[in-house]
Formats: sequence, structure tokens, C-alpha cells
Amino acid sequence: MPDRPMISIENVSRYYGSYRALDDVSLEIGAGEFFSLLGPSGCGKTTLLRSIAGFDVPTAGEIRIDGTPSTLLPANRRPTNMVFQNYAIFPHLDVGENVAYGLKRLKLDAAEERRRVADALDQVRLTGLDRRKANELSGGQRQRVALARALVMRPKVLLLDEPLSALDKKLREQMQVELRSLQKAVGITFILVTHDQYEALALSDRIAVMFGGRIAQVATPKEIYQRPRTRRVADFLGGMNFLQAKLTSERSDSVSVETARFGTIRLERPKGFAPTNGHVTVGIRPERLRLLWDDERAPHELVGRVENRAYFGEVTHLTIGVDGLEQPLSMIETNDYGADDLPLGADIRLAYDPEAFVLLAEEGGSRQ
Amino acid sequence: MSSVAIDSSPGAVKPAARGRWMRSEEARGLAMISPTLLYALALLLVPVTLVVAYSFWTQNYLEIDRSFTLENYRQALTEPIYRDLFIRSLWISLATSAITVGFSYPVAWFISFHGGAHRNLWLFLVTIPCWTSYLLRVMSWKVILGYGGVLNTGLMSAGLIDQPITSLLYNANAVVITLVHSWAAFAILPIYVSLQKIDRSLIEAARDLGDGPMRAFLRVTLPLSMPGVVSAFLIVMIPTVGDYVTPKLVGGKDGVMIATAIQAQFGKGANWPLGAALSVTTMVLVSLVAAAVVLALRLVVRRIR
Repeated sequence: MPDRPMISIENVSRYYGSYRALDDVSLEIGAGEFFSLLGPSGCGKTTLLRSIAGFDVPTAGEIRIDGTPSTLLPANRRPTNMVFQNYAIFPHLDVGENVAYGLKRLKLDAAEERRRVADALDQVRLTGLDRRKANELSGGQRQRVALARALVMRPKVLLLDEPLSALDKKLREQMQVELRSLQKAVGITFILVTHDQYEALALSDRIAVMFGGRIAQVATPKEIYQRPRTRRVADFLGGMNFLQAKLTSERSDSVSVETARFGTIRLERPKGFAPTNGHVTVGIRPERLRLLWDDERAPHELVGRVENRAYFGEVTHLTIGVDGLEQPLSMIETNDYGADDLPLGADIRLAYDPEAFVLLAEEGGSRQ
Repeated sequence: MSSVAIDSSPGAVKPAARGRWMRSEEARGLAMISPTLLYALALLLVPVTLVVAYSFWTQNYLEIDRSFTLENYRQALTEPIYRDLFIRSLWISLATSAITVGFSYPVAWFISFHGGAHRNLWLFLVTIPCWTSYLLRVMSWKVILGYGGVLNTGLMSAGLIDQPITSLLYNANAVVITLVHSWAAFAILPIYVSLQKIDRSLIEAARDLGDGPMRAFLRVTLPLSMPGVVSAFLIVMIPTVGDYVTPKLVGGKDGVMIATAIQAQFGKGANWPLGAALSVTTMVLVSLVAAAVVLALRLVVRRIR
């Protein structure tokens, strides 16, 4: 939890007729935090961001920005600035005029205004492009102009609405690095909306995963990836092998479950854990399964055969059929030892670490 | 584009190039518009050339003296009657277009921004007055604006005035009122189209950067809808300068415009060259004023920053 909340969202709901875009969302975002709202399209993440920006008024609930009740405050009176998904660069103004747009209202003297515009352009590495026309910019440059235009206002919170989704992969990865270092440099709160789990994992201090207008989990990237609370969160943040298991014993801090083929596994007991009639779901990430070559041995082994293989350059994704399991297992193997040359149908042995399993809660907390 | 790869045999460059052009997008487009283009060109060039030619000739009773003279232009530009008519025509058309654009902008803005799902219905309603004949619409304004007309009797029965207002009909005001109504739909549509093209996130960006609704409108919506405003202005201004029917029907003595004088020269006056010179002068003046208006509008918008 942040020590001083910059944004606090209390029981916010937004209904469009009978459709709930936001359903009783509560959240605190700390000062100086890089926070991501992650979820599939239609999960309410953009509605939440627009409510913070002041473009959308929640049906119920309260939004505070830096302690000020702001639910009904118009966008122009909030200490927030936004980078729009399509960047919304004013086509009738050049780069310098775009960046200076918000400064005009502050009635700075000409030299001060020029200095702030130049500083903002330096910050996003567009030095000297201020006379460039809006339609002469590349996608990456437009994005930088949008960033500079927002940052020049020195907002308390910068809101980013899928800012990288329009860029190609290479540029996107480069901009991720720049966004992260920019946030460290200016030290203000960044709130990023994205549907790309890798972007959220790479950039954020904390991530809120949203489904159907509700927040499913808020945690650090590492925690949310390694200890997802529900099956849906686990599934959305990359691949996961799900196994049905039976609860055998329960203690205050741990539980033991019995699974087909993997045997008895002891797991950390998640907060608020409540099994439904003794049946639970456990999961293990594909990269936590490992192929065993030749006479290599591991304490926990399983035999199976290769059912499918997909080559991804540095890694190969394998689908392994195991007798006694309903679903085949998926695993990711680096290509150092020739996983990419394994013939289909080959018998293999794989190793797993019982510690890598996570116990997943049922979907009771979220609604479709 | 695919024809490039097929036709690139190096031996026969020229025929291949021609064949390529014949099959190109451009050639097909030209072929497609050529009937209309030729028709339009013929009907534009021939009459305009004729009028320009006539304006340099002289009427000699029933004969036309085809020797070159500038006498017609001297008369058109120096005779006080024509000068007054030019000024009045330009003034009426400028006032009409300014008022029309002024009234149409809010309507177009409302339909574009708050029309919701019923935008097309609104646009359809806007065009309804155009369903009746232009002549009928002008005539009905006579009924509304007349001495014992709808407006006067209405205001009198409401107790707002004791005497009928006489300044409503048969003067320049009546011409302006009637023209504004006739041309409103033609101004609303281009403004609506240009407002429709504005990305709504630009207005949100302006609000986000600290502008209130009014400032965001002045700094973003208005400049970006300027192409629509300019075309609406020109669409209304250019035809109204030479309008003949409206001044004839509701203009009275004080509402006479240049078209009436031109008609008189081609008709009763039987001085086609002078009529032609007046027409050409009107065309040139309209073009100049239109250009000046466009420049002025651009300049004003550029000042709002």
C-alpha cells in the first residue's frame, strides 16, 4: 500500500443503462507510483482512467486527487494530464504550439514559456523540432509530442491511455524503456492503461488487473505473475497449466492437495482461501517445467510425449501429453539443447518443482 | 501498380509506357468523368467566352459593332447608378452570408455534437424547406413580412406594437431575411461536415490542458471547422450577389440589385454589350471580395491562440 495516496478511488461505479462499465471499484494509487490498469477490452480500465481525467462522471462513488474530492471537477481544473491513445495532436498547430497549448492560459512571459517548451521537448528527445508541422511527424514523434504537451503542464498525475498500442514492436519496446526512465526522472504518478501484459509487467510498480468492471487483483508485477489470485488473472498474464486437485489437509499457513500424476503438493495458503467441497485448482507456469535430457535426473519427474511444437526463435513451445492428465501440459524450453528438433510423438521426461505451483481461488470475487 | 511488373519489357519502352498509362487509375478516372467534364466545360466556357466577348463590343441599334472598345466598362464602373447597385449587391450578399453562417453554425454544431443517434433525422429536417419551390418560399415571406402580414398582425395582437412595422417588406432588409432563410440549409451542411470530421479527442485534449468549454471551442473546434465556414460563406455569397428573383419580389425600390440592371440591359434596354460588361464586372468583384473574405477569416482564426 502506498504511504500517501495521490489518487484514491472509493466505491466508484459507472452504469451505462443496465451495463456496468465500473462496478464498485476501490483503489489507492501512491504519489510517484507507476501504476497500470491491465485488462481485456471492455473491462472498464479506460472508463476508470477517463473518470480520473474528468471526461467521465461516475454514477456512484468518490474520486480524490491529492486529497481533493474531484468526482465532479471538470477536466480543465484537475491536476492531471493525459496522453491520448491516438495522441490527439492539434493538426492546425505546429509542435511548439502544441506543447505550449496549455501554457497559454498561465500567461507566462514569452521567454519563460519558450524555456519550458524547449525543456519539455528535450525531455522527450525532440529538441529543435518545435517548428515541425503536426502532419510531418512519425508515429513515435507524435507520441513524444503528446508526452511533452502533458508534461510541460507539470501535472501531479500523468494519465496514459494505451499510448504504445499504435507503434510497431521495436519502437514500442524502445518507448517502454523511455517511459520508465522518464517517470523516474520527473517523479510524478503515472497511470497507464494497457491490454498488453508484458508492457504492464515491464513498466509498473504495481498493476491492477480488471475484468468486467471489477478489479480482480492489485499487486506488484512479480507478485501478480508468480502468485495470481484467480485462474483468470493467471490466464491473462501469460500461459498457465491448470490442474484439478483435491484438498487433503489444511493448516493455518499452508494446504496440501492431491493431484493426478503430480502427487501430493504442499502450497502456501492464500488470503481468504475457501475451498468449494474439497476441489481446488492449482496452476504451474509453462517455463517452470523443464525437459530432462539423456540420463539427467531430477527429484520430481514425469513422463510424457511431444504432441505439438512451435518454434519461436530463442524458445520452443511444446505441448506434452501425459497419461492420466485431462489436458496436455504446455511448456517453454530454450533451444540450447535442441528442443526445436524434438520429433512429434517422442517420449520425453520432464522435471518440475513442487514449489512452483500456485493455488488459485474460484472466480467468486469477480463477475462476468 | 501490378501492370508495372507485367509491362516492363525493356525493348519497347514507349508503347509499353503508353499502354500502361491507358490502363492506369488516372486514365480510367478521366475516362469516367469525361462526358460530364466535356458537358460542363462546354456549358461554362462557351457562355462565359461569349459574355466576355460581348462586353468589348458595341450595340448599334439592331446590329452589333464588333470593334474592340472599353466604353461598356467605363459606363459600368463610373455611372453612379451602377456603382450604387454594385455596392448594394455586395453589401446585401455579404450581410446575407455573414448572418446565414452565424445562424447556421450553432445549428450545425448542435447536430454534430448533440444530435446523437438522430443526426440524420435532424439533417433531413434541415432540408425540408428546400422541398417547396424557391419562388413559393419567397412569396410566403411576402405573406409573413407584409403590412398586414403574419408578423405584423402577430406582434400587434400580442400588444408589442401599435402600428404595423413598414420597414419589413420592400427594402434591403426583406431581401436579406428571405435570402438567409433560403440559403440556410446550404450553409448548415458544409459546416456540419467539417465539424463531423473533427476528432473529439482533440477537444478533450484542449479541456485536459486547462481550457474551459468556450476556450476549447475558440482554440480547437472553430479553427478546425474553418474550411466548412469558408465554403458555407462562399456558397451563400457568390450566388446571392447576382440574385434576381428575391429582390424583384420582396426588394421593392430600395432592394434592387445588380441582376435587375443586367436583366434590363439584355431585355428592355437592348444593350447586350453593357449587360455583358456589368456581368463580367460582377464576376470579378465577387471573386475579389470572396478572396478578401477568405483571407480575413483565416487571419482572424490565426489570431486566436
